[in-house]
Amino acid sequence: MNKIVSAEFLAADIKRFVVEAPKIAAKRKAGQFVIVRIDEKGERIPLTIADSNKDQGTITIIVQGIGKTTKEINSHKTGDYFLDVVGPLGKPSHIENFGTAVSIGGGVGTAIAFPTAVALKEAGNHTIVINGARNKDLVILEEELKNVADELYITTDDGSYGYHGFVTQKLQELIDSGRKIDFVLAIGPIPMMKAVANTTRPYGIKTVVSLNPVMVDGTGMCGGCRATVDNKTVFVCVDGPEFDAHLVDFELLTKRNRTYNQNEKVALESHLCAIDKAFFEAVKTETIHQ
Amino acid sequence: MPPLTKKERMQIPRQPMPEQPPLERNKNFLEVNLGLTEELARMEAQRCLQCPKPVCIDGCPVGVQIRDFIQLVSEGDFLGAAAKIKQDNALPAVCGRVCPQEEQCEVKCVVGVKHDPVAIGRLERFVSDYERETIGIRTPAIKPKTGKKVAVIGSGPAGLSCAGDLIQLGHDVTVFEALHEVGGVLIYGIPEFRLPKSIVKAEVDALKSLGVEFQTNAVIGFTDTIDELFASGYNAVFIAVGAGLPYFMNIPGENYNGVYSANEFLTRVNLMKAYKFPEYDTPVFDCKDKNVAVFGGGNTAMDAVRTAKRLGAKNAYIMYRRSEKEMPARLEEVHHAKQEGIEFVFLTNPLEFLGDENGWLRSVKLQKMKLGEPDASGRRRPVPIPNSEYITELDMAVVAIGNGSNPIIQKTTPDLSYNKWGNIIVDEATMKTSKKGVFAGGDIVSGGATVILAMGAGRTAAKAINNYLNNTEAR
Ligand SMILES: Cc1cc2nc3c(=O)[nH]c(=O)nc-3n(C[C@H](O)[C@H](O)[C@H](O)COP(=O)(O)OP(=O)(O)OC[C@H]3O[C@@H](n4cnc5c(N)ncnc54)[C@H](O)[C@@H]3O)c2cc1C
Ligand SMILES: Cc1cc2nc3c(=O)[nH]c(=O)nc-3n(C[C@H](O)[C@H](O)[C@H](O)COP(=O)(O)OP(=O)(O)OC[C@H]3O[C@@H](n4cnc5c(N)ncnc54)[C@H](O)[C@@H]3O)c2cc1C
Ligand code: SF4
Ligand code: SF4
Ligand code: FES
Repeated sequence: MNKIVSAEFLAADIKRFVVEAPKIAAKRKAGQFVIVRIDEKGERIPLTIADSNKDQGTITIIVQGIGKTTKEINSHKTGDYFLDVVGPLGKPSHIENFGTAVSIGGGVGTAIAFPTAVALKEAGNHTIVINGARNKDLVILEEELKNVADELYITTDDGSYGYHGFVTQKLQELIDSGRKIDFVLAIGPIPMMKAVANTTRPYGIKTVVSLNPVMVDGTGMCGGCRATVDNKTVFVCVDGPEFDAHLVDFELLTKRNRTYNQNEKVALESHLCAIDKAFFEAVKTETIHQ
Repeated sequence: MPPLTKKERMQIPRQPMPEQPPLERNKNFLEVNLGLTEELARMEAQRCLQCPKPVCIDGCPVGVQIRDFIQLVSEGDFLGAAAKIKQDNALPAVCGRVCPQEEQCEVKCVVGVKHDPVAIGRLERFVSDYERETIGIRTPAIKPKTGKKVAVIGSGPAGLSCAGDLIQLGHDVTVFEALHEVGGVLIYGIPEFRLPKSIVKAEVDALKSLGVEFQTNAVIGFTDTIDELFASGYNAVFIAVGAGLPYFMNIPGENYNGVYSANEFLTRVNLMKAYKFPEYDTPVFDCKDKNVAVFGGGNTAMDAVRTAKRLGAKNAYIMYRRSEKEMPARLEEVHHAKQEGIEFVFLTNPLEFLGDENGWLRSVKLQKMKLGEPDASGRRRPVPIPNSEYITELDMAVVAIGNGSNPIIQKTTPDLSYNKWGNIIVDEATMKTSKKGVFAGGDIVSGGATVILAMGAGRTAAKAINNYLNNTEAR
């Protein structure tokens, strides 16, 4: 059981948790993740370690509620518990002083890229952060990133805040302005990562993405997380999650991540039904009490 | 009743195992075999000739005192029989169910020369179930505490049996398990219908009551390295991490949706209880009315195909590249699978999986094989028959062709010696590795083998670890 020390929404459906996990806090490196199970019947959900505090023995995770379990996670509050937290899993990010490094985060990918951006900065890189969101309300970690980045660009798809456009447009502008870019990290929705890979490919800029396949054990035992990189099958949980963006088969990843769409709809619907029912019950008792 | 003569004993037929009717059980996850009754067990025990030289024991990797325990069964002293088995086998309720008896103890039984051999496994199962269900699993006395601490990595049969022996010898034992549940393959691999999880839990609870500590969610290598375990006060380490790295066939289309490794399919269903989806959150491919093929011929393949059938598959095939005779699965499982309506396609090898534009498996291209010369394993090698390719429609496929060794320990413990397959190299007599204070056993040493061999390795290691700890060389 791991206690939630604090829980707060950063944006609608995106919540930050600080969780007790002393061993993981002591060991984790940028780019690694944990697997969380909320209760006996729960799925095992991989989540990146966004930050940690060794002295307090806590790790930070930032969760976007997109399906049944992530929504359930986000209904947890300060003082609640997660049943299991295991980690740190996966290979740490490969960090070195590349020169100028651009860290691109899209949506909750901003949170996943955050620790690596910090590590890139600490390694001496001139660190540019591009933080993309659909609109102003979904922009997260702006303050935190300001403290890390040498340059910070916020982009919104609808122009409601910062630069109007996609992260790749901003990236292209930077490249076109003649800046020498030595390394790009891109984490976010698959189409975004693919677009970044396509943007940097013609220039031969070393580009790394963090893949998010469906996982079960996270220890290399099941092979469910396999992806194709450089025409070879990899197990993302142990061989990654970070890979050379120019070698990843994004098509395959997109398709494989849809494996359980039908099942997940069922799960989400029955979950929402349960919530509706609880709400209905609550209304009923309240009415009776009046 | 005067004792029966040898001839009379030989005339008693092998007693049938009561089981769920095939067409009922292939729709549920309850145990297939219901277990012998007291009467059946005593009758079966009468079939044993009480040989002066019980050759059956030579067939058991841990040397269970088969003749003596069967004698106690025939006398009706079931608890005495259970205790007798426990002297050599820490997990008899498990082994009685899953040992390949037809290749081990029972193949040696002299009754088997002319008749069916004595059902040693079923008797073993009977007495250990009897003990658990009547007085509960008896726990042995514990020697005075030595103050020494041992870390066991992995909670499969090797780890559990080693932990059980070491705690009895007075050492403190912590078992570290990567998953959220304890039991290794017994929990995540072998299905409920063959080995109820409550039996594994009861064994684990017995170890807990003896004082063995379990730390789940601890991936050694990541959560702590082996050197960190030593630094935090452990005096010895036993590595029993199993052979958990699924092999794929490396044929085109293997990453289509609907193609699983057996490990993933079985883990989803057993460990994560996907057969109870959506009550449990983890989904698995919906097999209902679908065509499913499992590639392989071992126990894992049988477990996967029978699981798919239970999840509602219309056609559930075993596709195996050799013939029935070469299949490594337990005989009973093959027999049960056939009864349950599993279709066996022998001498057939997949060449390519074919899918649709959304990435879903739709069919498989197969090639017919014939048997050629024996290979290194002594089994006849399958050779492709030219121009025999054909295509079969398929919605789900499970690859069950074996497991390699998981690389986590290897990557994080470079100062251990490994062979070219990534198995840890040990001294067979002591399970000692090349690293001081570190022992290893079970599938991580032998490659995918059996529960009883893993358990035996755990016990051998426990003895050696005890010697090591009582010796001054220990840190
Ligand atoms: C290494 C790794 C690190 C991750 N880090 C984070 C993180 O820090 N914060 C965070 O919010 N999420 C993270 N994810 C994604 C997160 O694990 C998934 O969002 C979660 O498993 C979905 O579970 P669910 O039951 O809520 O949704 P489901 O009901 O399972 O799925 C809902 C929808 O999401 C899609 N989906 C399913 N699995 C994934 C997946 N793994 N990634 C993306 N989409 C998926 C499905 O196609 C479906 O349409 C990470 C994933 C990986 C593999
Ligand atoms: C589906 C299936 C059916 C089988 N059927 C039979 C049968 O009928 N009869 C038979 O005799 N044998 C059978 N076997 C084989 C038998 O189960 C194995 O030989 C046996 O379980 C091996 O035991 P073990 O203790 O070495 O490892 P395992 O049982 O594999 O246990 C290893 C444990 O270590 C954990 N682990 C791995 N890495 C780490 C780490 N870094 N840190 C912490 N923990 C870790 C794993 O999660 C696992 O729980 C079957 C195997 C499978 C897969
Ligand atoms: S442990 Fe297995 S091989 Fe040994 S006697 Fe029992 S069933 Fe037979
Ligand atoms: S060989 Fe058969 S008959 Fe002889 S003691 Fe063993 S089980 Fe009994
Ligand atoms: S999640 Fe099972 S192998 Fe990666």
